[in-house]
Amino acid sequence: MTEVLTNSGLQLALLLLVSPLLSGIIKSLKAKLQTRRGPSIFQTYWDVFKLLRKGMVIPETASWIFSAAPYIVFGTATLVGLMIPMTTTHAPLSLFGGVLAVVYLLALGRFFLALGGLDTGSSFGGLGSSREMTISAIAEPAMMLAIFTVALGANSTNLSEMAKVAVGQSWRFLAPSQMLAFAALFIVLIAETGRIPVDNPATHLELTMIHEAMVLEYSGPYLALIEWSGSIKQLVLMTLLVNTFFPYGLSSDWTAQTVSVGLLFYLAKLLVLACLIVLVETTNAKLRLFRVPELLMVAFILGALALISTFLF
Amino acid sequence: MNAIPLGGIFALSLAAYATGAFASLANWRNSTLARRVCCGSALVGASLGGFAAGLGILRGGTAAWSIPSGIPLFAYSFSYDALAAFFNLILAVLAGAVSIYSFGYLKEFEGRRNIGVFGFLFNILLLSLAIVFTAANAFLFLIGWEVMALAAYGLVTFYHEDQETRQAGLLYIIMAHIDAGCLLLGFALLIQGSGSAEFASFHGAASQLSSGRQAAAFVLFFLGFGIKAGVIPFHIWLPAAHPVAPSNISALLSSIVIKTGIYGMARIFVDSLGGVPSWAGLLVLIIGVISAILGVLYALMEHDLKRLLAYHSIENIGIILMGLGAALIFRVAGQPLLAGVALIAAMFHTLNHAIFKCLLFLGAGSVVHSTGTRNMEKMGGLIRSMPVTAFCFLIGAIAISGLPPLNGFVSEWLTYQSLLAGFGATGGLTRILFPLAGSMLALTGALAAACFVKAFAITFLALPRGTESRDVHEAPWSMLFGMGYLTVICAALGLGATWFLRIFGGMTEQLLGQRVGGNLITGNGLVLSAGIPHGGTVSTAVLATALLVLAGSAVLVVRITGRKFARRRGPTWDCGLPGLTAENEYTATAFSKPLRMIFSVLYQPRREIQAVFDVSPYFPKEIRFESEIEPTFEKRLYAPLQEFIFRLSTRMRTIQAGSVHAYLAYIFVTLVLLLLFAVRK
Repeated sequence: MTEVLTNSGLQLALLLLVSPLLSGIIKSLKAKLQTRRGPSIFQTYWDVFKLLRKGMVIPETASWIFSAAPYIVFGTATLVGLMIPMTTTHAPLSLFGGVLAVVYLLALGRFFLALGGLDTGSSFGGLGSSREMTISAIAEPAMMLAIFTVALGANSTNLSEMAKVAVGQSWRFLAPSQMLAFAALFIVLIAETGRIPVDNPATHLELTMIHEAMVLEYSGPYLALIEWSGSIKQLVLMTLLVNTFFPYGLSSDWTAQTVSVGLLFYLAKLLVLACLIVLVETTNAKLRLFRVPELLMVAFILGALALISTFLF
Repeated sequence: MNAIPLGGIFALSLAAYATGAFASLANWRNSTLARRVCCGSALVGASLGGFAAGLGILRGGTAAWSIPSGIPLFAYSFSYDALAAFFNLILAVLAGAVSIYSFGYLKEFEGRRNIGVFGFLFNILLLSLAIVFTAANAFLFLIGWEVMALAAYGLVTFYHEDQETRQAGLLYIIMAHIDAGCLLLGFALLIQGSGSAEFASFHGAASQLSSGRQAAAFVLFFLGFGIKAGVIPFHIWLPAAHPVAPSNISALLSSIVIKTGIYGMARIFVDSLGGVPSWAGLLVLIIGVISAILGVLYALMEHDLKRLLAYHSIENIGIILMGLGAALIFRVAGQPLLAGVALIAAMFHTLNHAIFKCLLFLGAGSVVHSTGTRNMEKMGGLIRSMPVTAFCFLIGAIAISGLPPLNGFVSEWLTYQSLLAGFGATGGLTRILFPLAGSMLALTGALAAACFVKAFAITFLALPRGTESRDVHEAPWSMLFGMGYLTVICAALGLGATWFLRIFGGMTEQLLGQRVGGNLITGNGLVLSAGIPHGGTVSTAVLATALLVLAGSAVLVVRITGRKFARRRGPTWDCGLPGLTAENEYTATAFSKPLRMIFSVLYQPRREIQAVFDVSPYFPKEIRFESEIEPTFEKRLYAPLQEFIFRLSTRMRTIQAGSVHAYLAYIFVTLVLLLLFAVRK
């Protein structure tokens, strides 16, 4: 019981405190690569902190859905974080929901955020909600196929079980099915976190924006919650990628030593993946909205190939 | 408990429906009395039926009664087994909710329409459904089936002054008779094998038939039940007929009447035939995938609120068929445990869809009742004037999108688990189809969520888009009570799924010979597991509690940090233009535009823009915009078929010259031929 409680505390702390740092690192690295000075890596903390201590304007047309959405988004993002193994193979709430629950809980948050976007009556909100729901719907089958490939290998959709199976086999990521599934999930990660080439997190141009348009009317603490849960969701998806495909440093024991070693490995792996994301973001241009389905179709086909190669090899 | 006569209570419930039917017809002149009689007796019938069903499930085993009729092959045989009890339970819950709702809903008919006839048809529909779910004789089943189709026809065409309604009714009755014809032929094949029309005698009857006839029987039953369930490509009557009926009837049609098709498949394929060849199971699975995806894609393009819901019925029937198909495949592959999980997934989704679809249609009914339109583009902002309806509709929308922690998630989760298990449990190349079907289920779920964001937000949120949705009023308490009752069940089935799944023990034992249900529950009754070694686990109750705690702490944080700061209401950003109006809002058509473009291969969208201007095309006075998608199945499949039938009937006219002598000669020749045929045997 104490183990579960400490583990929950640790994961919650990582989710809440490391996720803004990771967003900051990505922003700062991106700026460096583009020979800009860029913000400090701690900028996201200051943003969230500042927004939490501000007044807010709620649109006159909005109903209670608008106010409930940020809380639900925040709740689902953190809940999902507690279902994913981070430093060891133990995840506090892993028994109560596997990878399917993770995907569907994130969808619940998105459902409410899209309603919040439409609740304002502004055409920006509608535009953002419509595009967000479309992109995520098309990303879903690719994501599931890639996840199924891993789940079939592990014989479980339970994330702790999947991590435990992965631990024994350090070189498994060299198997064709794993590489293909990783590529598919990486594309989905880009789409789900709203990064270039799918969406541009830095833009406020109505022709191109997706996520930013949806949350345009949010301000103050609500915006803080939404930004914060955006970072958390990004951390969760990146964790899913690094820990299922590269289980280095994960241990199935839960002692002070394994946790601290796991923590170091975990942070290092996240940093490597962040560099990869930065590289993709800097070397690509944003795609036209109606090109995005083609990219996601590529992810779907990669997922299908991954599945077929588990069958063949 | 065993002292209570189950049969007696069930008979009383049938009697209540029958009394309601004839009593409301007799009182048609006094519409208030007719309304009370119609709804009151339906409620009594539903309560008794629910009591009997609960008793049947708790007691387990099979209760059977048979009254010989003297007609060969026909007897009034009823069998109340686990499958029958389960479907009767769904019927009773829905009939109860709809009859409470109708107390208020039918009020607007008073003095305008004949409530007596409505009450007659309504109660007869419920009666025939109860008979269909309980009949143990093929002919009794077919009689119930036909009465159900006719009562539903009468109710679909209740607003018969409308041309659209009459056409929809015609399409419905034609399709209903094609399906009845298929079933009659299918039963004829089985009766040929077993020599009796009792369902009990069909066990093993399939083995008496040649494999060609077995395949024919499967195809005929699949056609018959598939048309009734609205699977693609036999679905075209469903989105036409369900929306035009009065909303309380749409709710019944979409939630329980189409489920008679699912009941029939479970009864014949799993119970009576004891399994079908694996190609047949695969066919059911593939048709399920196609129905699910195309159903939701067509729903996305609708802005008629009720037709949108009708297309979602097709989608959910597809999801049910995925589970059922997997169950049929596992059964042949000799995996009773997996077959049990897949069957539970299908049956639980049948129950869940019945509950939330009924809820959504009742919600749509109160919206249509208040605004007088089914067109979503004229709605908006109803959450302020109809808060309770909006809340109930939202719960239904979350549930139908398969989002946790409500009931739709649990049954979709079980479907995923059984599809994933299918990869390991079957051999050959077909195993690849299972995870692919799973990914298509994911696509369906995500598209359904997009569609219900649209349906809920355009109907209930932001500003009213038309005069219809200004100055509207909340529905009367009886309608709210009917919806609230189903909302509570939706939540209870989701959060208490582990408690509820035990009722499938009896059904799986009867149909598959292995008790599955209780063994899916672990972790002190809180956690649902897939029942397969190393399979996944989930607990909606724990997830909901954790979500509440986490979101609640976020509320506290915001309250504490923001306590010194103002929270004020201001206008939405209008880009500097003078004020935001409803015309700036996104519409349902605009919302689904990206998907219309992405899936343009399927939709073949056509649009037309006409601008009327005086001086320069840059300053148009008015713009007319028209957009439509191609109804592929109607145009490519049914239109040529219809043309062929018309051409054939024109040819046939030559032998129908109107001469009585010729007709007598035809009859004589037919008689002689039939006699010769009989003598030859």
